[in-house]
Amino acid sequence: MSTAPETAIPVTTKKDWATDQEVRWCPGCGDYSILTAVQLMLPDLGVTRENTVFISGIGCAARFPYYMNTYGMHSIHGRAPAISPGLKLARPEIDVWVIGGDGDMLSIGGNHLIHALRRNVNINILLFNNRIYGLTKGQYSPTSEVGKVTKSTPFGSVDAPFNPISVALGAEASFVARTHDMDRKHMQAMFRRAHAHQGAALVEVFQNCNVFNDGAYDTITKKDVRGHMLIDLQHGEPIRFGPDGERGVALDGRGLATIVDVADVGVDALLVHDEADPDPSVAFALSRLSNGVGRPTPIGVFRAVDRPEYASATSAQLAEAQAAQGPGDLHALLHSQPTWDVS
Amino acid sequence: MTDVADSSTARELSQVIIRFAGDSGDGMQLTGDRFTNASALFGNDLATLPDFPAEIRAPAGTLAGVSAFQVQISDHDITTPGDAPNVLVAMNPAALKSDLGRLEPGGTVIVNEDTFEDRNLAKAGYDTSPLDDDTLGGYTVIRVPMTSLTMEACKDLGVKTRDAERSKNFFALGLISWMYTRPLEPTLDWIDKKFAGKELVIGANKAAFKAGHAYGETAELGEHHFMIRPAALEPGTYTNINGNTALAWGLIAAGHQAKVPLFLGSYPITPASDILHELSKHKNFGVRTLQAEDEIAAVGAALGASYGGHIGLTTTSGPGVALKGETIGLAVSLELPLVIIDIQRGGPSTGLPTKTEASDLMLAMYGRHGEAPLPVIAAYSPAQCFEAALEAVRIAITYRTPVVLLSDGYLANGSEPWRLPDVASLPTIEANYATEPNQVNEDGEPSFWPYQRDENLARPWAIPGTPGLMHRVGGIEKQDGTGNISYDPANHQHMTDIRQARIDKIAESLPPLDVAGDADADLCLLGWGSTWGAITGAVNRMRAGGQKVAQIHLTHLNPLPTELGDLLRRFDHVVVPEMNMGQLTRIIRAEYLVDAISIPKVMGQPFTAGELIERIAAATAASGGPR
Ligand code: SF4
Repeated sequence: MSTAPETAIPVTTKKDWATDQEVRWCPGCGDYSILTAVQLMLPDLGVTRENTVFISGIGCAARFPYYMNTYGMHSIHGRAPAISPGLKLARPEIDVWVIGGDGDMLSIGGNHLIHALRRNVNINILLFNNRIYGLTKGQYSPTSEVGKVTKSTPFGSVDAPFNPISVALGAEASFVARTHDMDRKHMQAMFRRAHAHQGAALVEVFQNCNVFNDGAYDTITKKDVRGHMLIDLQHGEPIRFGPDGERGVALDGRGLATIVDVADVGVDALLVHDEADPDPSVAFALSRLSNGVGRPTPIGVFRAVDRPEYASATSAQLAEAQAAQGPGDLHALLHSQPTWDVS
Repeated sequence: MTDVADSSTARELSQVIIRFAGDSGDGMQLTGDRFTNASALFGNDLATLPDFPAEIRAPAGTLAGVSAFQVQISDHDITTPGDAPNVLVAMNPAALKSDLGRLEPGGTVIVNEDTFEDRNLAKAGYDTSPLDDDTLGGYTVIRVPMTSLTMEACKDLGVKTRDAERSKNFFALGLISWMYTRPLEPTLDWIDKKFAGKELVIGANKAAFKAGHAYGETAELGEHHFMIRPAALEPGTYTNINGNTALAWGLIAAGHQAKVPLFLGSYPITPASDILHELSKHKNFGVRTLQAEDEIAAVGAALGASYGGHIGLTTTSGPGVALKGETIGLAVSLELPLVIIDIQRGGPSTGLPTKTEASDLMLAMYGRHGEAPLPVIAAYSPAQCFEAALEAVRIAITYRTPVVLLSDGYLANGSEPWRLPDVASLPTIEANYATEPNQVNEDGEPSFWPYQRDENLARPWAIPGTPGLMHRVGGIEKQDGTGNISYDPANHQHMTDIRQARIDKIAESLPPLDVAGDADADLCLLGWGSTWGAITGAVNRMRAGGQKVAQIHLTHLNPLPTELGDLLRRFDHVVVPEMNMGQLTRIIRAEYLVDAISIPKVMGQPFTAGELIERIAAATAASGGPR
């Protein structure tokens, strides 16, 4: 198994990380800005293309690997979070990025996603949430809001949606963050954090599907409303938002996160964000703030905690076994049960 | 090994078939297993058939809760656990009721008579005790109060009554060990090891075992004292091995021979879980195992590991193969090595999870959407699972393809003596990872085509971490050579053809097909998988009776050996016994237009040789005489 030498990371630019394949998303799709953010960020990460793998499932987002001049696998619907741990366990030195949409990762692949997070394999999962099925041309998704009228719900969806951050925190993911496709810098900051994190990292990216669900996030991410609606979580800081930081988040008597006016409660009453809190409960409470369309919505890192990482724990067991028993001896294995000789 | 307590009075037998039957909680599997191992170490040839219910503890004393273990031991080469048992050890009335019908006419029944009281008799559905009416007329009956004698033997040991009572299977083992002059040491040693640290349990089990042995010696069972000499097996070192262990070791050997680490993704399922257990032990061989969240994730992780340059393995049974189908199809498209191990059991659905069947052949061959051919191979005896595993990995790596390896519940749990191979004689497998670009692009720079094919039509295995070979693979159809996405109609036809041609090419690497028995016979028995033992037994008996018969046993089901069609056309009758409703028969008819006759069986039990002989006679008679 070859490992790129740590010292000789060649200098690269965005161009080196892009393939010659024509990008086939609809013009105006939010996926373009995510791709650009990633291609611009990777040259600074101190990693090589050969040691980087993008694995995706099926959906618009899942075309991503074809556009990355790295190793890549466009797999089958929902299974990227199932396939990628195998690669990471086999090759812990490889950076594994998992790309998928809300249908891919929360519907057909929901089981794999929660187990990948629970198991804490060191992979970076980017969940492009556009709250719709794009590639199959416009059915409601597991993150579509109740009442949504789509081709498969002409009378409005009666299906309760998932909140991906709540799901990830419920699975006790060790790293959970949210960003959106209108803010390259913020996306890159989150992706960097995810990459640096030793464990399964989930980044939800609000992504606009301008063909089937245009403007899904307009009420929170559009330039003119952003300042009022996005709550930028900063570790160790009281949680404040609004153009002048006039609003904030506090915990009520039941431990629920509520929006407050700072003028009413005072700065000291605000919740100080602790992304490293070993207990996910407060992070979960924060995730419930935006459990509905058009409500102030936290972005940033909800949770980043140290937990034993699965691939390195597996490698450690292998190393221990080899140290204790020596490398495998096939002859000894075959003779490890009682034997008898026939002459 | 030679402390065969006083064999001077023992009469010689060439073989015996013993069936231990009792309640699920009575430890019959352990008893059978211990008797088997002592016999193996003594040098007999043997074959076993564990036969247990799906429930971990079905209601005690009921017919549903009966767990049995059949073993044939002999002084010559045998291939099956035997037809009808000569001896039935029945630990309770339910065991007697459920298994008496299997006993040969005039056979010997050894009962634990303490259990033949009203409650147990009622649970087994006996109105009156079969020991007191003529139920057992025509059989030799040995009544032994095993429970009370066990308690008696343990009474001074300070063991709780209930624990003492539990040792009664060791009493039975001791008694049978005396009857068949088995060495005692292997069992006594095993008790020490198995229950190390539990002195009371060791004491009770040993006391019960010795008491059973002494009972045989003192209770005037003289006419039931036998000796079965060691079998004249090929010289070598032997161990007694079951199919799942042999398969796991074969995988480890394959990794060793290919110098490629193993990665197993698995989800617990009967009767495959023991392979997961075994491989999980051998981390010092660099074996990684992942108990996944489901069957789909298990094969997914294995495929991910294959992409990373490991040998991706997944172990399961039929229900799991059904779930893995889409991912296996992806592996067909990605052209990556992957081994799917299907330990078949009775189906459909949950079916008979602990009973054997071989009804996943069609599933293995065709159980995917689209044109998705892959190699299918089948193990044919417990020990041969080792070789089959090596072969599966050889094909997977050499041809960059998923391979289905079929075994079944009977092979998985059954055991036989295995002449251990010399490690130096094992085949080597070349991983041949790609390390260099294989093309020059328009600008004259080296580039890499992930679907450029070698002489086997296999593509390069270029693993992440290799500089200069970055490429994307995926389930969308791709252009041959470049691997770029392609929806071109002609290319799809070409890729479909080449995926098939690559699998067909494997046939060129197979050894010539062996025709056993009489090559000039009119009748050929064609088999695959675990029916080998019974078919071989039937062929041997038919030939000993003066009948000419040929035998072909397939280890490779896809591709089929090149010469198979011509060979089969030579015979007037091709008869195919299968543990399914005729799946290979249909393939043979479709492939070769040979009028193969099916002998199907799906009763959760393997064929016996005697049964086969009768059914072959009936089937060939029904289809008319020689053409
Ligand atoms: S359908 Fe929507 S998500 Fe898909 S590419 Fe078009 S705009 Fe993007």
